[in-house]
Amino acid sequence: MISVYPHPIGGHSLQLEFVARVSLFVTCIVDQLFPRVGIAMAEVLERLGYEIDFPEAQTCCGQPAFNSGYPGEAGKVARHFLDVFRDAECIVVPSGSCTSMITHHYEDIFQQDSRRREEAHRMAPRVWEFSRFLLEVAKVDDVGARFDGVVTYHDSCHALRELRIKEGPRRLLGKVQGLTLREMEAAEECCGFGGTFSVKFPEVSGGMARTKIDSIQKTEAGTVVSIDPSCLMQLQGVIDRAGLPIRTLHLAEVLASR
Amino acid sequence: MQGTPTGGIQQTIGDPRLQLAIYSATRRLIEHRAGAVGSERLPDYQELRTRANQIKQHTIEHLDHYLEQFESNVAAHGGKVVYCRTGEDVSDFVLGLAKERKAHLIVKSKSMTTEEVHFNERLERHQLETVETDLGEYILQLAHERPYHIVAPALHMTRYDVAELFTKTLGVAKEVEPEKQTKIARATLREKFLGADIGVTGANFLVADSGAVVLVENEGNARLSTSAPKIHIAVAGIEKVIPRAQDLAVFLDLLGRSATGQPLTVYTSFLSGPRRAGELDGPDEFYVVLLDNGRTKLLKDPEKRQSLYCIRCGACLNHCPVYRKIGGHNYPWVYSGPIGAIITPQFHGVSEDGWLPFASSLCGACAEVCPVKIEIPKLLLKLRSEVTEAKRAQGSGGVERFAFRVWAWLMTHPKTYLALARLGSKSAGLLPKVGPLGSWTSQRELPPMASQSFHRWWAQRRRS
Repeated sequence: MISVYPHPIGGHSLQLEFVARVSLFVTCIVDQLFPRVGIAMAEVLERLGYEIDFPEAQTCCGQPAFNSGYPGEAGKVARHFLDVFRDAECIVVPSGSCTSMITHHYEDIFQQDSRRREEAHRMAPRVWEFSRFLLEVAKVDDVGARFDGVVTYHDSCHALRELRIKEGPRRLLGKVQGLTLREMEAAEECCGFGGTFSVKFPEVSGGMARTKIDSIQKTEAGTVVSIDPSCLMQLQGVIDRAGLPIRTLHLAEVLASR
Repeated sequence: MQGTPTGGIQQTIGDPRLQLAIYSATRRLIEHRAGAVGSERLPDYQELRTRANQIKQHTIEHLDHYLEQFESNVAAHGGKVVYCRTGEDVSDFVLGLAKERKAHLIVKSKSMTTEEVHFNERLERHQLETVETDLGEYILQLAHERPYHIVAPALHMTRYDVAELFTKTLGVAKEVEPEKQTKIARATLREKFLGADIGVTGANFLVADSGAVVLVENEGNARLSTSAPKIHIAVAGIEKVIPRAQDLAVFLDLLGRSATGQPLTVYTSFLSGPRRAGELDGPDEFYVVLLDNGRTKLLKDPEKRQSLYCIRCGACLNHCPVYRKIGGHNYPWVYSGPIGAIITPQFHGVSEDGWLPFASSLCGACAEVCPVKIEIPKLLLKLRSEVTEAKRAQGSGGVERFAFRVWAWLMTHPKTYLALARLGSKSAGLLPKVGPLGSWTSQRELPPMASQSFHRWWAQRRRS
């Protein structure tokens, strides 16, 4: 059944009203470093009755090259992504930043390639960041999770400022049994990761993370939750270096807990 | 990265007193702005931003027309427009005029454009005394430093720093109360205002349809600089022109709020021409120096020329987590923060300050608060690709370029990539901590390697 479905990146696009099957794009970072995030995401989606598909030729969205000044290389990887997910009707991604790369930056990358630009344009409305998929496609805010403890939420920059995701993940966390959500003062401040920025300007990047962590500590939360694994990798790395008793979890991991 | 002032950056980050000064000053500015643009105080804030952006776009695309209109209106009021290509042209003009009028003393109000061309240093070489009359700028002149921030030039100095500086340079008793420090500065500056031959100011806006120079300020020193001396010279970049006086309704509503959280600054002066017959005050002579200094180079690129929309409110600096860590003096030019990171490489060439566009986590906080909606992260990305391209042309940066080429090949050949990644994950702990890995571990721990990738997990699940 076809209906007009509003999509966050603008306008209205044709969407299947009832999505039964979702394709996971787990991102390169989750695939190699945090597979547990992808597994948790799959678990939550299956719990909600979705059939999961994982196109195995998937690799990366191309963002590392794009953000480092190599749009040509980014374009090659982006073409690969478009090819791999060509037939997917609904793609769910456990990262705001990678989602935004596909929905907001692919068209820039393909400025000189009208066929690919058109393809990217058509794909964008089918790509969903995980929390937004739950709230706007699955239309659930309570996934039946239980997580005991105080949690603070880190707004990752691209999710917040490019995808305009702010209240959604908090709404989902608010429905988790046993969970207390406590806001930090600097929730919207960058963690300092920034891709290759983190290794090109290590002192600045590390300093930004420490400022963020000061703010996290003030909440006395034992867990920091975000929807971007790269922020969590950065924050956990600095937390571990400082020997602090704080752990970082992806939203999917919290929602998969019972 | 090459050219990065790593030592200076480390020093700034490692100085807790300086960090506190930057952090608390910018936080104050952030809070004040947030209050002033909130939906209760300014319900049409987003519409104003869009309008400001449209006006700037239109003006920059018809810059020649509006500059000519401005020039003829200034002339109609008895003033004179002087076009200057470089900073040297500016000082030549002022020196020539000072010589003709036998001027010895210049009072100045705060102006980033004159900072940009090292105005004071150039004139002092010719024994012409120039005195900064904005309190922050006056402090910096005594300390022989350049502005730390576009709006709050002495943002990095505490009142204790100022007390020490005044004692050392003015020979006054140590005074740590800001009000009393202001009185000390005022006593010195009043004498200078009364004795000055020329007043030099910047300009926040140049209004084409009336020929007016618009100045916003809080201390009243700009107004005194334009009325006490017999000659007023306003120095402004050519991008400061706006079409109509009514456009000020948009820009004045945004500038003060974005900069300091004020709905309007304490003083807003509209200056058009010298004193006319029957008027009580105003200068005998009125000049507007219109400076290029590289601005016309930016006009040809339809995307990057939006950098010229900037109204110098400083909001992007206050909200930038990188500026808040590294402060203003580690930027190579007088314009610091995100706006500095996009205009410096464009004015000076990407080969000169190539590290700047990379000194950003691309968090986007700057673009969100920019009152004229400059797409700063987008321009940073564009400049990054121009830097890597320039390096390629010069035959440098080969290692990184090769690495990304290999990476792109692997990411488009999943079987090889996944096989290599599996091998790599087993030996990752053995890798020497050099290059990017060394850089990562200088600040943080590496994430523990996963026992198997998601790909492997999926393949096993599929089989079972």
